[in-house]
Amino acid sequence: MIPLAAEGVLLADAANKCAPGLPADFCQKHEVTGCVGGNGLFCFDWAADNFDRYVGPFFRHLEIVAISVVAGFVIAVALALLSHRHRALAPPILGGTGVLYTIPSVAFFFLLLPITGFGLATAVIPLSAYTLQIIYRNTLVGLANVPPDAKDAGRGMGMSERQLLWRVELPLATPEIIAGLRIATVSTVAIASLAFLAGAGGLGQPLIEQVSFNTNIILVGVLTMAMALVLDLLLVLAQRFVTPWRRVRAG
Amino acid sequence: MIPLASIIDAFVGAFDFILHQREAVTGGVQVGGPEYIWTFARTQLEVSAVALAGALAVALPVGLVLGHIGKGEFFAVGFGNAGRAVPEIAVVFLLASLIGIGLGNVALALGILGLPPILTNTFVAMRQVDRTTVDAAEGMGMRPWEVILRVELPLAAPTIMAGIRTAAINIFATATIASFVGLSTLGDFITNRSVYGDDGVLAGAIVIAVLAALIELTLAGVQWLVTPRGVKLQRVTRSA
Repeated sequence: MIPLAAEGVLLADAANKCAPGLPADFCQKHEVTGCVGGNGLFCFDWAADNFDRYVGPFFRHLEIVAISVVAGFVIAVALALLSHRHRALAPPILGGTGVLYTIPSVAFFFLLLPITGFGLATAVIPLSAYTLQIIYRNTLVGLANVPPDAKDAGRGMGMSERQLLWRVELPLATPEIIAGLRIATVSTVAIASLAFLAGAGGLGQPLIEQVSFNTNIILVGVLTMAMALVLDLLLVLAQRFVTPWRRVRAG
Repeated sequence: MIPLASIIDAFVGAFDFILHQREAVTGGVQVGGPEYIWTFARTQLEVSAVALAGALAVALPVGLVLGHIGKGEFFAVGFGNAGRAVPEIAVVFLLASLIGIGLGNVALALGILGLPPILTNTFVAMRQVDRTTVDAAEGMGMRPWEVILRVELPLAAPTIMAGIRTAAINIFATATIASFVGLSTLGDFITNRSVYGDDGVLAGAIVIAVLAALIELTLAGVQWLVTPRGVKLQRVTRSA
Protein backbone atom coordinates (compact mmCIF):
# COMPACT_ATOMS: atom_id res chain seq x y z
CA MET A 1 0.00 0.00 0.00
CA ILE A 2 1.14 3.48 -0.79
CA PRO A 3 0.01 5.78 2.00
CA LEU A 4 -1.10 9.16 0.78
CA ALA A 5 -0.15 12.32 2.53
CA ALA A 6 -3.70 12.99 3.62
CA GLU A 7 -4.34 11.14 6.86
CA GLY A 8 -6.60 8.14 6.55
CA VAL A 9 -6.57 8.15 2.78
CA LEU A 10 -5.13 4.97 1.39
CA LEU A 11 -4.81 3.53 -2.04
CA ALA A 12 -6.85 0.49 -1.23
CA ASP A 13 -6.46 -1.71 -4.26
CA ALA A 14 -2.98 -3.12 -3.60
CA ALA A 15 -4.09 -4.92 -0.45
CA ASN A 16 -7.30 -6.07 -2.03
CA LYS A 17 -7.69 -9.63 -3.20
CA CYS A 18 -11.19 -9.60 -4.61
CA ALA A 19 -11.16 -7.19 -7.55
CA PRO A 20 -8.85 -4.46 -8.67
CA GLY A 21 -9.70 -1.15 -7.15
CA LEU A 22 -12.48 -2.21 -4.84
CA PRO A 23 -12.26 -1.51 -1.12
CA ALA A 24 -12.05 -4.62 1.07
CA ASP A 25 -15.25 -3.85 2.99
CA PHE A 26 -17.17 -3.68 -0.25
CA CYS A 27 -15.90 -7.07 -1.37
CA GLN A 28 -16.91 -8.70 1.92
CA LYS A 29 -20.48 -7.49 1.53
CA HIS A 30 -21.00 -8.01 -2.18
CA GLU A 31 -20.44 -10.82 -4.59
CA VAL A 32 -17.92 -9.50 -7.07
CA THR A 33 -18.34 -11.34 -10.32
CA GLY A 34 -19.26 -10.31 -13.83
CA CYS A 35 -18.57 -6.74 -14.83
CA VAL A 36 -17.26 -5.58 -11.44
CA GLY A 37 -15.15 -8.69 -10.86
CA GLY A 38 -13.64 -8.41 -14.32
CA ASN A 39 -13.20 -4.63 -13.96
CA GLY A 40 -15.20 -3.89 -17.10
CA LEU A 41 -14.98 -0.48 -18.72
CA PHE A 42 -18.21 0.76 -17.14
CA CYS A 43 -20.56 -1.32 -14.96
CA PHE A 44 -23.95 0.38 -15.13
CA ASP A 45 -25.51 -1.81 -12.42
CA TRP A 46 -22.73 -1.06 -9.96
CA ALA A 47 -22.89 2.65 -10.77
CA ALA A 48 -26.65 2.73 -10.23
CA ASP A 49 -26.43 0.80 -6.94
CA ASN A 50 -23.56 2.87 -5.58
CA PHE A 51 -24.45 6.29 -6.87
CA ASP A 52 -25.13 7.56 -3.35
CA ARG A 53 -21.38 7.28 -2.61
CA TYR A 54 -20.81 10.16 -5.02
CA VAL A 55 -23.57 12.54 -3.96
CA GLY A 56 -21.78 13.94 -0.89
CA PRO A 57 -18.42 14.40 -2.66
CA PHE A 58 -20.26 15.97 -5.63
CA PHE A 59 -21.81 18.72 -3.52
CA ARG A 60 -18.58 19.21 -1.59
CA HIS A 61 -16.83 19.64 -4.95
CA LEU A 62 -19.45 22.22 -5.95
CA GLU A 63 -18.93 24.04 -2.66
CA ILE A 64 -15.14 24.20 -3.17
CA VAL A 65 -15.61 25.48 -6.73
CA ALA A 66 -18.23 28.07 -5.72
CA ILE A 67 -16.12 29.53 -2.89
CA SER A 68 -12.95 29.56 -5.02
CA VAL A 69 -14.53 31.18 -8.08
CA VAL A 70 -16.50 33.78 -6.11
CA ALA A 71 -13.41 34.74 -4.08
CA GLY A 72 -11.25 34.87 -7.22
CA PHE A 73 -13.88 36.89 -9.07
CA VAL A 74 -14.21 39.52 -6.34
CA ILE A 75 -10.44 39.94 -6.02
CA ALA A 76 -9.80 39.98 -9.78
CA VAL A 77 -12.54 42.50 -10.59
CA ALA A 78 -11.42 44.72 -7.70
CA LEU A 79 -7.85 44.61 -9.02
CA ALA A 80 -9.08 45.37 -12.53
CA LEU A 81 -11.10 48.39 -11.37
CA LEU A 82 -8.06 49.62 -9.48
CA SER A 83 -5.78 49.31 -12.50
CA HIS A 84 -8.46 50.77 -14.78
CA ARG A 85 -7.99 53.98 -12.81
CA HIS A 86 -4.23 53.61 -12.31
CA ARG A 87 -2.82 52.17 -15.54
CA ALA A 88 0.67 51.62 -14.16
CA LEU A 89 -0.66 48.84 -11.90
CA ALA A 90 -1.61 46.56 -14.80
CA PRO A 91 1.81 45.09 -15.77
CA PRO A 92 2.84 44.09 -12.22
CA ILE A 93 -0.60 42.59 -11.48
CA LEU A 94 -0.57 40.64 -14.76
CA GLY A 95 2.92 39.40 -13.91
CA GLY A 96 2.02 38.46 -10.35
CA THR A 97 -1.14 36.57 -11.27
CA GLY A 98 0.84 34.88 -14.06
CA VAL A 99 3.40 33.59 -11.55
CA LEU A 100 0.60 32.20 -9.37
CA TYR A 101 -0.88 30.45 -12.41
CA THR A 102 2.43 28.69 -13.09
CA ILE A 103 2.61 26.91 -9.73
CA PRO A 104 1.38 23.32 -10.26
CA SER A 105 -1.67 22.67 -8.10
CA VAL A 106 -0.21 19.65 -6.30
CA ALA A 107 2.82 21.70 -5.29
CA PHE A 108 0.64 24.68 -4.32
CA PHE A 109 -1.48 22.58 -1.94
CA PHE A 110 1.55 21.11 -0.20
CA LEU A 111 3.36 24.44 -0.01
CA LEU A 112 0.36 25.80 1.88
CA LEU A 113 -0.08 22.82 4.22
CA PRO A 114 2.49 23.99 6.79
CA ILE A 115 0.81 27.41 6.80
CA THR A 116 -2.92 26.72 6.64
CA GLY A 117 -3.13 23.02 7.58
CA PHE A 118 -5.46 20.35 6.16
CA GLY A 119 -8.86 21.62 5.12
CA LEU A 120 -10.94 23.87 2.93
CA ALA A 121 -8.67 26.95 3.06
CA THR A 122 -5.68 25.04 1.67
CA ALA A 123 -7.78 23.95 -1.31
CA VAL A 124 -9.55 27.25 -1.91
CA ILE A 125 -6.48 29.54 -1.85
CA PRO A 126 -4.71 27.92 -4.86
CA LEU A 127 -7.95 27.40 -6.78
CA SER A 128 -8.99 31.03 -6.44
CA ALA A 129 -5.42 32.16 -7.19
CA TYR A 130 -5.62 30.31 -10.54
CA THR A 131 -8.81 32.18 -11.53
CA LEU A 132 -7.27 35.64 -10.97
CA GLN A 133 -5.34 36.04 -14.20
CA ILE A 134 -8.07 35.16 -16.70
CA ILE A 135 -10.80 37.16 -14.93
CA TYR A 136 -8.49 40.12 -14.32
CA ARG A 137 -7.27 40.21 -17.91
CA ASN A 138 -10.74 39.85 -19.41
CA THR A 139 -12.20 42.55 -17.16
CA LEU A 140 -9.41 44.93 -18.12
CA VAL A 141 -9.87 44.20 -21.83
CA GLY A 142 -13.63 44.56 -21.50
CA LEU A 143 -13.29 47.96 -19.84
CA ALA A 144 -10.73 49.09 -22.42
CA ASN A 145 -13.04 48.08 -25.29
CA VAL A 146 -15.96 50.24 -24.15
CA PRO A 147 -16.62 52.62 -27.07
CA PRO A 148 -15.54 56.21 -26.25
CA ASP A 149 -18.86 57.40 -27.72
CA ALA A 150 -20.79 55.53 -25.03
CA LYS A 151 -18.67 57.14 -22.31
CA ASP A 152 -19.10 60.58 -23.88
CA ALA A 153 -22.85 60.08 -24.01
CA GLY A 154 -22.83 59.17 -20.32
CA ARG A 155 -20.77 62.23 -19.43
CA GLY A 156 -23.09 64.35 -21.54
CA MET A 157 -25.99 63.06 -19.46
CA GLY A 158 -24.19 64.46 -16.42
CA MET A 159 -22.94 61.19 -14.95
CA SER A 160 -20.11 61.28 -12.41
CA GLU A 161 -17.08 59.01 -12.98
CA ARG A 162 -18.54 56.52 -10.50
CA GLN A 163 -21.93 56.46 -12.22
CA LEU A 164 -20.18 56.12 -15.56
CA LEU A 165 -18.29 53.05 -14.29
CA TRP A 166 -21.32 51.26 -12.85
CA ARG A 167 -23.95 52.23 -15.43
CA VAL A 168 -21.97 52.37 -18.69
CA GLU A 169 -18.50 50.82 -18.54
CA LEU A 170 -19.14 47.68 -16.45
CA PRO A 171 -22.39 46.71 -18.23
CA LEU A 172 -20.72 47.08 -21.62
CA ALA A 173 -17.72 45.06 -20.43
CA THR A 174 -19.95 42.25 -19.12
CA PRO A 175 -19.58 39.88 -22.11
CA GLU A 176 -15.77 39.83 -21.75
CA ILE A 177 -15.96 39.54 -17.96
CA ILE A 178 -18.33 36.57 -18.20
CA ALA A 179 -16.18 34.96 -20.90
CA GLY A 180 -13.29 35.04 -18.41
CA LEU A 181 -15.51 33.80 -15.61
CA ARG A 182 -16.61 30.84 -17.75
CA ILE A 183 -13.04 29.74 -18.46
CA ALA A 184 -12.13 30.18 -14.79
CA THR A 185 -15.15 28.18 -13.59
CA VAL A 186 -14.67 25.26 -15.97
CA SER A 187 -10.95 25.01 -15.15
CA THR A 188 -11.63 25.22 -11.42
CA VAL A 189 -14.11 22.33 -11.57
CA ALA A 190 -11.40 20.18 -13.20
CA ILE A 191 -8.56 21.20 -10.86
CA ALA A 192 -10.77 20.80 -7.76
CA SER A 193 -10.46 17.04 -8.40
CA LEU A 194 -7.14 17.39 -6.58
CA ALA A 195 -8.60 19.20 -3.56
CA PHE A 196 -8.56 15.91 -1.64
CA LEU A 197 -4.77 16.36 -1.41
CA ALA A 198 -5.41 19.44 0.71
CA GLY A 199 -7.80 17.42 2.88
CA ALA A 200 -10.85 19.23 1.46
CA GLY A 201 -12.60 16.24 -0.16
CA GLY A 202 -14.60 16.65 -3.35
CA LEU A 203 -14.91 14.19 -6.24
CA GLY A 204 -11.21 13.34 -6.05
CA GLN A 205 -11.92 11.57 -2.75
CA PRO A 206 -13.92 8.61 -4.15
CA LEU A 207 -11.51 8.57 -7.10
CA ILE A 208 -8.39 8.08 -4.98
CA GLU A 209 -10.07 5.41 -2.84
CA GLN A 210 -10.44 3.04 -5.81
CA VAL A 211 -7.77 4.08 -8.30
CA SER A 212 -7.91 1.16 -10.70
CA PHE A 213 -11.64 0.39 -10.77
CA ASN A 214 -12.65 1.66 -14.23
CA THR A 215 -16.29 2.32 -13.35
CA ASN A 216 -15.22 4.55 -10.47
CA ILE A 217 -12.72 6.51 -12.56
CA ILE A 218 -15.19 7.08 -15.40
CA LEU A 219 -18.03 7.99 -13.04
CA VAL A 220 -15.88 10.62 -11.30
CA GLY A 221 -14.67 11.94 -14.66
CA VAL A 222 -18.20 12.17 -16.07
CA LEU A 223 -19.62 13.80 -12.93
CA THR A 224 -16.80 16.38 -12.95
CA MET A 225 -17.25 17.23 -16.61
CA ALA A 226 -21.04 17.35 -16.20
CA MET A 227 -20.63 19.86 -13.37
CA ALA A 228 -18.34 21.99 -15.55
CA LEU A 229 -20.81 21.85 -18.46
CA VAL A 230 -23.83 22.78 -16.33
CA LEU A 231 -22.04 25.69 -14.62
CA ASP A 232 -20.84 26.89 -18.04
CA LEU A 233 -24.40 26.82 -19.40
CA LEU A 234 -25.69 28.67 -16.34
CA LEU A 235 -23.13 31.41 -16.94
CA VAL A 236 -24.17 31.70 -20.60
CA LEU A 237 -27.79 32.07 -19.45
CA ALA A 238 -26.75 34.60 -16.82
CA GLN A 239 -25.01 36.64 -19.47
CA ARG A 240 -28.13 36.69 -21.68
CA PHE A 241 -30.11 37.78 -18.65
CA VAL A 242 -27.82 40.64 -17.59
CA THR A 243 -27.15 41.95 -21.11
CA PRO A 244 -30.64 42.06 -22.67
CA TRP A 245 -29.61 44.70 -25.24
CA ARG A 246 -27.33 42.18 -26.97
CA ARG A 247 -30.27 39.87 -27.62
CA VAL A 248 -32.11 42.66 -29.39
CA ARG A 249 -29.13 43.45 -31.56
CA ALA A 250 -28.62 39.79 -32.45
CA GLY A 251 -32.29 39.34 -33.40
CA MET B 1 -3.68 29.43 13.28
CA ILE B 2 -0.33 27.72 13.00
CA PRO B 3 2.46 29.67 14.77
CA LEU B 4 5.04 31.36 12.60
CA ALA B 5 7.92 29.51 14.23
CA SER B 6 6.61 26.11 13.14
CA ILE B 7 6.01 27.39 9.61
CA ILE B 8 9.63 28.55 9.43
CA ASP B 9 10.76 25.22 10.89
CA ALA B 10 8.84 23.36 8.19
CA PHE B 11 10.53 25.29 5.38
CA VAL B 12 13.99 25.07 6.99
CA GLY B 13 13.50 21.29 7.24
CA ALA B 14 12.41 21.10 3.61
CA PHE B 15 15.48 22.98 2.39
CA ASP B 16 17.65 20.71 4.51
CA PHE B 17 16.03 17.73 2.76
CA ILE B 18 16.83 19.27 -0.64
CA LEU B 19 20.47 19.99 0.27
CA HIS B 20 21.52 17.02 2.43
CA GLN B 21 21.05 13.25 2.51
CA ARG B 22 19.41 11.75 5.56
CA GLU B 23 18.04 8.41 6.73
CA ALA B 24 14.47 7.69 5.64
CA VAL B 25 11.76 7.87 8.31
CA THR B 26 11.23 4.15 7.79
CA GLY B 27 14.96 3.58 8.43
CA GLY B 28 17.67 1.87 6.42
CA VAL B 29 17.96 3.78 3.17
CA GLN B 30 19.39 7.22 2.61
CA VAL B 31 17.01 9.75 1.03
CA GLY B 32 17.15 13.42 0.07
CA GLY B 33 19.98 15.56 -1.22
CA PRO B 34 20.36 17.08 -4.70
CA GLU B 35 21.45 13.91 -6.50
CA TYR B 36 18.67 11.81 -5.02
CA ILE B 37 16.00 14.38 -5.91
CA TRP B 38 17.46 14.82 -9.40
CA THR B 39 16.73 11.18 -10.34
CA PHE B 40 13.02 11.83 -9.71
CA ALA B 41 13.13 15.23 -11.39
CA ARG B 42 14.77 13.65 -14.43
CA THR B 43 12.00 11.08 -14.77
CA GLN B 44 9.40 13.84 -14.55
CA LEU B 45 11.22 16.01 -17.10
CA GLU B 46 11.70 13.04 -19.45
CA VAL B 47 8.09 11.92 -19.40
CA SER B 48 6.95 15.54 -19.82
CA ALA B 49 9.30 16.13 -22.76
CA VAL B 50 8.15 12.95 -24.53
CA ALA B 51 4.51 13.89 -23.93
CA LEU B 52 4.99 17.46 -25.18
CA ALA B 53 6.83 16.25 -28.29
CA GLY B 54 4.01 13.82 -29.04
CA ALA B 55 1.30 16.44 -28.51
CA LEU B 56 3.20 18.86 -30.77
CA ALA B 57 3.65 16.25 -33.50
CA VAL B 58 -0.11 15.68 -33.62
CA ALA B 59 -1.72 19.02 -32.76
CA LEU B 60 0.61 21.42 -34.57
CA PRO B 61 0.21 20.06 -38.14
CA VAL B 62 -3.55 19.60 -37.66
CA GLY B 63 -3.92 23.17 -36.34
CA LEU B 64 -1.73 24.62 -39.11
CA VAL B 65 -3.67 22.90 -41.90
CA LEU B 66 -7.13 23.58 -40.42
CA GLY B 67 -6.16 27.20 -39.77
CA HIS B 68 -4.77 27.61 -43.28
CA ILE B 69 -7.88 26.31 -45.02
CA GLY B 70 -10.12 27.97 -42.41
CA LYS B 71 -12.21 24.90 -41.70
CA GLY B 72 -13.02 22.96 -38.54
CA GLU B 73 -13.36 25.93 -36.20
CA PHE B 74 -16.03 24.16 -34.18
CA PHE B 75 -13.71 21.16 -33.73
CA ALA B 76 -10.50 23.10 -33.06
CA VAL B 77 -11.96 25.64 -30.64
CA GLY B 78 -14.51 23.30 -29.05
CA PHE B 79 -11.79 20.71 -28.41
CA GLY B 80 -9.81 23.31 -26.50
CA ASN B 81 -12.79 24.36 -24.42
CA ALA B 82 -13.80 20.78 -23.66
CA GLY B 83 -10.20 19.96 -22.77
CA ARG B 84 -10.29 22.43 -19.90
CA ALA B 85 -13.14 20.54 -18.27
CA VAL B 86 -11.34 17.19 -18.21
CA PRO B 87 -10.03 16.24 -14.75
CA GLU B 88 -6.43 15.28 -15.54
CA ILE B 89 -6.12 12.86 -12.64
CA ALA B 90 -9.02 10.76 -14.01
CA VAL B 91 -7.39 10.53 -17.46
CA VAL B 92 -4.08 9.40 -15.91
CA PHE B 93 -5.80 6.80 -13.72
CA LEU B 94 -8.03 5.48 -16.50
CA LEU B 95 -5.19 5.03 -18.97
CA ALA B 96 -3.04 3.45 -16.26
CA SER B 97 -5.89 1.04 -15.50
CA LEU B 98 -6.60 0.23 -19.16
CA ILE B 99 -3.10 0.03 -20.66
CA GLY B 100 -0.90 -0.24 -17.59
CA ILE B 101 1.74 2.00 -16.06
CA GLY B 102 5.19 2.82 -17.37
CA LEU B 103 6.92 5.82 -18.85
CA GLY B 104 5.48 5.36 -22.35
CA ASN B 105 1.90 4.94 -21.18
CA VAL B 106 2.05 7.89 -18.81
CA ALA B 107 3.57 9.97 -21.61
CA LEU B 108 0.60 8.98 -23.78
CA ALA B 109 -1.90 10.14 -21.14
CA LEU B 110 -0.01 13.42 -20.62
CA GLY B 111 0.35 13.93 -24.37
CA ILE B 112 -3.42 13.68 -24.82
CA LEU B 113 -3.85 16.37 -22.15
CA GLY B 114 -1.41 18.59 -24.07
CA LEU B 115 -3.36 18.46 -27.34
CA PRO B 116 -6.21 20.96 -26.71
CA PRO B 117 -4.25 24.14 -25.92
CA ILE B 118 -1.80 23.58 -28.80
CA LEU B 119 -4.52 22.79 -31.33
CA THR B 120 -6.79 25.68 -30.34
CA ASN B 121 -4.02 28.28 -30.16
CA THR B 122 -2.51 27.17 -33.47
CA PHE B 123 -5.88 27.36 -35.19
CA VAL B 124 -6.77 30.76 -33.72
CA ALA B 125 -3.27 32.12 -34.43
CA MET B 126 -3.47 31.07 -38.08
CA ARG B 127 -6.90 32.67 -38.49
CA GLN B 128 -5.64 35.93 -37.00
CA VAL B 129 -2.94 36.33 -39.66
CA ASP B 130 -3.83 39.32 -41.85
CA ARG B 131 -5.66 37.99 -44.94
CA THR B 132 -4.14 40.63 -47.21
CA THR B 133 -0.67 39.35 -46.30
CA VAL B 134 -1.72 35.82 -47.26
CA ASP B 135 -3.26 37.09 -50.49
CA ALA B 136 -0.04 38.92 -51.31
CA ALA B 137 1.98 35.75 -50.71
CA GLU B 138 -0.35 33.76 -52.95
CA GLY B 139 -0.19 36.49 -55.56
CA MET B 140 3.60 36.17 -55.55
CA GLY B 141 3.09 32.56 -56.63
CA MET B 142 3.84 30.81 -53.33
CA ARG B 143 2.56 27.27 -52.99
CA PRO B 144 0.15 26.50 -50.10
CA TRP B 145 2.87 24.87 -47.97
CA GLU B 146 5.16 27.84 -48.60
CA VAL B 147 2.40 30.21 -47.48
CA ILE B 148 1.93 28.16 -44.31
CA LEU B 149 5.60 27.77 -43.43
CA ARG B 150 7.06 31.09 -44.61
CA VAL B 151 4.24 33.57 -44.05
CA GLU B 152 1.52 32.32 -41.71
CA LEU B 153 3.64 30.27 -39.29
CA PRO B 154 6.12 33.09 -38.47
CA LEU B 155 3.30 35.58 -37.94
CA ALA B 156 1.29 33.08 -35.88
CA ALA B 157 4.33 31.90 -33.88
CA PRO B 158 3.83 34.03 -30.73
CA THR B 159 0.25 32.82 -30.16
CA ILE B 160 1.17 29.21 -31.03
CA MET B 161 4.03 29.43 -28.54
CA ALA B 162 1.61 30.67 -25.86
CA GLY B 163 -0.43 27.49 -26.41
CA ILE B 164 2.71 25.35 -26.20
CA ARG B 165 3.59 27.07 -22.89
CA THR B 166 0.17 26.26 -21.46
CA ALA B 167 0.46 22.66 -22.64
CA ALA B 168 3.99 22.28 -21.23
CA ILE B 169 3.02 23.59 -17.80
CA ASN B 170 -0.12 21.39 -17.71
CA ILE B 171 1.87 18.33 -18.73
CA PHE B 172 4.65 18.97 -16.20
CA ALA B 173 2.13 19.61 -13.42
CA THR B 174 0.17 16.48 -14.25
CA ALA B 175 3.35 14.38 -14.44
CA THR B 176 3.47 14.90 -10.67
CA ILE B 177 0.27 12.87 -10.41
CA ALA B 178 1.89 10.02 -12.33
CA SER B 179 3.48 8.97 -9.05
CA PHE B 180 -0.01 7.90 -7.89
CA VAL B 181 0.06 5.20 -10.55
CA GLY B 182 3.61 4.12 -9.83
CA LEU B 183 5.92 6.22 -12.02
CA SER B 184 8.63 7.72 -9.82
CA THR B 185 8.28 11.41 -10.56
CA LEU B 186 8.70 14.22 -8.04
CA GLY B 187 5.19 13.44 -6.85
CA ASP B 188 6.77 10.48 -5.05
CA PHE B 189 7.94 12.77 -2.26
CA ILE B 190 4.38 13.97 -1.82
CA THR B 191 2.69 10.56 -1.88
CA ASN B 192 5.18 8.85 0.44
CA ARG B 193 5.10 10.89 3.61
CA SER B 194 5.82 7.74 5.65
CA VAL B 195 9.20 7.39 3.92
CA TYR B 196 10.27 10.99 3.38
CA GLY B 197 8.54 12.68 6.30
CA ASP B 198 7.05 16.17 6.34
CA ASP B 199 10.36 17.65 5.19
CA GLY B 200 10.38 15.45 2.09
CA VAL B 201 6.77 16.30 1.21
CA LEU B 202 7.42 20.04 1.40
CA ALA B 203 10.77 19.66 -0.38
CA GLY B 204 8.97 17.88 -3.24
CA ALA B 205 6.44 20.70 -3.52
CA ILE B 206 9.22 23.33 -3.57
CA VAL B 207 11.22 21.52 -6.27
CA ILE B 208 8.10 21.03 -8.44
CA ALA B 209 7.15 24.70 -8.19
CA VAL B 210 10.71 25.90 -8.96
CA LEU B 211 11.06 23.59 -11.98
CA ALA B 212 7.66 24.69 -13.31
CA ALA B 213 8.76 28.32 -13.02
CA LEU B 214 12.02 27.52 -14.86
CA ILE B 215 10.11 25.79 -17.68
CA GLU B 216 7.76 28.76 -17.97
CA LEU B 217 10.71 31.22 -18.07
CA THR B 218 12.55 29.16 -20.69
CA LEU B 219 9.49 28.93 -22.92
CA ALA B 220 8.75 32.63 -22.47
CA GLY B 221 12.28 33.22 -23.77
CA VAL B 222 11.63 30.93 -26.74
CA GLN B 223 8.38 32.77 -27.43
CA TRP B 224 10.30 36.05 -27.53
CA LEU B 225 12.88 34.52 -29.89
CA VAL B 226 10.30 33.16 -32.35
CA THR B 227 8.38 36.44 -32.48
CA PRO B 228 9.32 38.08 -35.82
CA ARG B 229 11.09 41.42 -35.45
CA GLY B 230 8.33 43.17 -37.38
CA VAL B 231 5.67 41.93 -34.96
CA LYS B 232 7.76 43.06 -31.97
CA LEU B 233 8.17 46.54 -33.48
CA GLN B 234 4.46 46.69 -34.19
CA ARG B 235 3.73 45.95 -30.54
CA VAL B 236 6.10 48.60 -29.29
CA THR B 237 4.61 51.29 -31.53
CA ARG B 238 1.09 50.20 -30.66
CA SER B 239 1.60 50.37 -26.91
CA ALA B 240 3.53 53.68 -27.15
